Formats: sequence, C-alpha cells, structure tokens
Amino acid sequence: MARDMSDKEILKMELDQLQKEVKTERMPVSVTAKELSDWVEGQVGEDPLVKGIPEDKNPYKEKGGCIIS
Amino acid sequence: MACQGLGPNETLATLKTESETLKTKLEEERAKLHDAELHQVAEKVEALGQFIIKTRRTLKGHGNKVLCMDWCKDKRRIVSSSQDGKVIVWDAFTANKEHAVTMPCTWVMACAYAPSGCAVACGGLDNKCSVYPLSLDKNENLAAKKKSVAMHTNYLSACSFTNSDMQILTSSGDGTCALWDVESGQLLQSFHGHSADVLCLDLAPSETGNTFVSGGCDKKANVWDMRSGQCIQSFESHESDINSVRYYPSGDAFASGSDDATCRLFDLRADREVSVYSKDSIIFGVSSVDFSLSGRLLFGGYNDYTINVWDVLKGTRVSILFGHENRVSTLRVSPDGTAFCSGSWDHTLRIWA
Repeated sequence: MARDMSDKEILKMELDQLQKEVKTERMPVSVTAKELSDWVEGQVGEDPLVKGIPEDKNPYKEKGGCIIS
Repeated sequence: MACQGLGPNETLATLKTESETLKTKLEEERAKLHDAELHQVAEKVEALGQFIIKTRRTLKGHGNKVLCMDWCKDKRRIVSSSQDGKVIVWDAFTANKEHAVTMPCTWVMACAYAPSGCAVACGGLDNKCSVYPLSLDKNENLAAKKKSVAMHTNYLSACSFTNSDMQILTSSGDGTCALWDVESGQLLQSFHGHSADVLCLDLAPSETGNTFVSGGCDKKANVWDMRSGQCIQSFESHESDINSVRYYPSGDAFASGSDDATCRLFDLRADREVSVYSKDSIIFGVSSVDFSLSGRLLFGGYNDYTINVWDVLKGTRVSILFGHENRVSTLRVSPDGTAFCSGSWDHTLRIWA
C-alpha cells in the first residue's frame, strides 16, 4: 500500500512505471482528435441532452393536474 | 507488487534525478505528436443550439450530505448514499423511495448499482465495500442479507461492478484499487501505482476491453489493465487532487475533474491531455464529471454549488446550472442519456432534463 511505502520505494515504483511509459506507442493529436470529433458527430444526432426531447416524450416532464371523476 | 530490489547505490537523490530525466523524455515524446488542438480540429463542427435544461425532480429524504449516486440500467432507478450512513434506492420518475438501508458507518462515500438491478454496493469509512441484494418485499430487512466483499486498510472512495454482478472494482484512501469476487470476497487483482489516496475510478466501455482509469490525491490519472494489474498509461497535468474520472463514450479518451477547478480531456491514443475546460471566474474544485450520450457535452459538478456544461469539442462553456444550495458532490448521466442526476451536500438529489 502506498501509505506503507518509504519515499525510496515510491520513487522506485514511479521510475519503473516511467521506463515502461516512455516506450508506449502514441499517435499524433491531429489524427486522434479528428477521430474523437468524427465519432461525436456521428452520435450527436441521437443525444437527447443535446437535441432536446419533446415535452410529451420526456419521462421527467412535470405532470399536469389530475381530474378525478 | 511492482517494486524490484533496491541496489545499495540507489540513493533518494539518484532515483529522483533519473525520474526527472525520464519525465522530461516522456514529455518530449508526447510533444512531438502534439501537432493540433482539439478545438482547432473541431472548428467546422456545427455549434450547439440553445441549451435548455432544468430540474425536473428533487429527491428529498437524506438527512445529511449526499456523497455518491449511481443509476440502474433500467434508466429510472437510482441509488444514493450519504454522510449519515443511509443508502437509499429511488424511482427517479416518481421521486419515491423504494428501499433504504442504514450502514454501520458514517460517510458512505461510494455506492453502485449492480448491472442486473438486483443489488447495490456501498462503503466508506468502514474501509469495506458491502453488497446488499434488493428485495422485492419492502418489509424485508436488507441489512440482514448484507455481504462484505472488499477490505481495504483505509476508506473506500469509489466502487463499481464490472460487466456482471460477480465482480466489483474498488478504490481507496490506502492508495490502491482492487478487483474482488463478490461471491467469495476473494481479492482477484490489486493495482498499485498511486502514491496517495485514490479518489475515483471508471471502467472502460465494455466494447473497448478490460481497462479502467483511476484518479487520486497524487494529481495522477492512471489507466490500468484489469487482468495483469499493470498501469498502462499515466497522466499528471492536474495541479491538485483528481476527484472524478469518466471515460469518453468511445473509450478512446477520458475526462477528469479536479480541486484545481478544471476539467480536462485526455486522449488515450495520443497519450496526452488534449483539452482543458476552465474559466478565470471558476475557482472552486470540480467534484464530479460525466459525458452526455454522444460525448459532445461534459457536465461538471462544482464545489461552488453550480453545474457547468462544457462543449467537449470546442472547449467552451455552454451553460451554467443553478439550483443546489451546497456543494455538488456527485453527478451521473442516465444510461439512455435522457437526463442526469446530481447529488449535493444540501441533502438532496436533482434530476435534470
């Protein structure tokens, strides 16, 4: 557990992790950002919080008054 | 544990220098691929229209600060937990309470709904995560069937079921995350790498494989391989505790919210932060973040009682929502994206749509 480790042990753990991460494969932001953006655009038409829901289909709309006969 | 033996010549100072050198190298490698900004790439994307959203339900019943909530997959039930030890299951459509359990501890900081909808998990200052099967019989004492699953050596900060009711992932003030078998209570995998309390976690959308992200008081967000226990990627750009992490719906990125008053977006394939959502006027910490269904909107609950809504692609604020009378501590969008729920230190939960 991190709390039980000495400063030296924590640093060694961080060092091991950094050595691994330096070797990670990465892609340019221009490519990944475009794909993120394209993905969202493909989905946004179906996003209820973005396009809104007509009041009569909204399960959370305030209920109207009731008439008890 | 990931630690190898320490050589006699490795002093604190030499380790620190090596660490700094590697960190610089890492930044250089990442910077080489930083050839665009997200908001530039998204310039041609259609701007969002008028954003009209308001409180549709206020769930009252907790006697103290609401600390955590989660939606059921049925898109209408919600479980919430609070400082006074109460865990309540609500029907969000009617605002009725369906179940209530009193935990033997205060500060129930974590709660989660099981994928089947038949159980809830919760924990906090008791250092444990317990699972309560939900009974159809309202008179049945839920506490009697309680199952202790996880045991940490410090508070439980977050918990989540994996794809089934059989496994739970937890994060703790003891600096670790852990994966547990619900039936036996056995520890299946532990995740070491944070150097301080872990405050939050989120599982990758099931289509993208077995990873999860965690955020902690060491200002780091770590992405983990659930099977090997290894940390695959680590991001350290926040300037303070990371209170909330949430995967982007596509699984290729995640957002975080921090005490440094910013939300940030981290792209997993570019291995870097690609957007910061902040304003000079926002100086209070973010406690909780979540995306709308498409990932176009990012909702952040803040310690200044507000909820800010951000355009993820353009980096701008779309709206600010008022209503809570104290810190917003937890926020989740419903599974079908039709609404989101916020919980607050003002003892209430609100459903916004």
